[in-house]
Amino acid sequence: MAVIKKKKDKALPAVNTSALPDIVFMLLFFFMVATVMREVDLKVSVNKPQATEIQKLERKSLVTYIYAGSPRQKYQDKFGKTPRIQLNDAFASLDDVQPFVIQERETKTEEERPMMTMSIKADKTVKMGLISDIKLELRKAQAYKINYSSNPAKDAQALYTADY
Amino acid sequence: MARNKRAIPEINAGSMADIAFLLLIFYLVTTTMDTDKGINRKLPPIDELTEEPPPIKERNIFTVLVNSNDQLLVEDEYLEISELRAKAMEFIDNNGDGSCTYCKGYGISSSSDNPVKAVISLQNDRGTSYGMYVKVQNELVAAYEDLREIYAENEYGRSYRSMDPEEDEEIIKEVKNAYQQKISEAEPLNIGG
Repeated sequence: MAVIKKKKDKALPAVNTSALPDIVFMLLFFFMVATVMREVDLKVSVNKPQATEIQKLERKSLVTYIYAGSPRQKYQDKFGKTPRIQLNDAFASLDDVQPFVIQERETKTEEERPMMTMSIKADKTVKMGLISDIKLELRKAQAYKINYSSNPAKDAQALYTADY
Repeated sequence: MARNKRAIPEINAGSMADIAFLLLIFYLVTTTMDTDKGINRKLPPIDELTEEPPPIKERNIFTVLVNSNDQLLVEDEYLEISELRAKAMEFIDNNGDGSCTYCKGYGISSSSDNPVKAVISLQNDRGTSYGMYVKVQNELVAAYEDLREIYAENEYGRSYRSMDPEEDEEIIKEVKNAYQQKISEAEPLNIGG
């Protein structure tokens, strides 16, 4: 009897897992804080136009974005309401577009470069003057593949009304 | 006997769910699901040579003008955006010289010779809104896509839009060739900018 009891005591106790949720949450918070989302912080408000004849942009790594629109509410004190260009995380002027494209091109491999697409994400109220200027800069930088970013139209007929 | 008694107790798997949820949440947060969509276009290179462009007959040009109030002037006529697609399709598919065997156009003498020669010329003002510009682009692309759809339906009995880009590569090439997109953009005007 005594011998059996001694053996029972020697059996390993179950691993205490009550602290596991704490560890898990710690990890979760760590990742939430540490992960840098590559999604840029939009400084301009972009309400994309709608269209029906849209194509998906394949290979996100080859797509470079150019944003255009009025600065958001919190930047309006500093930058006013006139539509501006945003490249990466900062407001930019037209002269910055060319260096930006060239710099982006440098990060791609030789064979990927011709497939680079510039996606213009502009607000639908932006005047074409600004967009044309951007397009001219892109042509100067020899970035010919562009994409007018737009949302799929839920109803094709709705496109025809003045209030798009 | 003694060995059996000392077996390692089962690891508590109750927290497995927590870990799984953690991973799930992590991936949910980091993956951006929204695939970007838009109208693909190609910009023309800047010509250094100031070469005269080859002359194009007036009847083969379909002019679309958009002013700073987002109004359309198509072939010197005021037009609503809802009418643009049909008008453009009529122009491309006109088949004035009768060389296009698959065209269904009316063969009007003042409209285009054939789809290969037909060019759409788009010009906007600097004051035109981007929304309107995209709408016009959309309608013009749609005109070509609709014609291709009809062509594919007649020639192959299939829908062009639902073709698989890899499987039906040859057919798509053929259909695209039948109606080549020819949209030319002029430098914007600056009247009401």
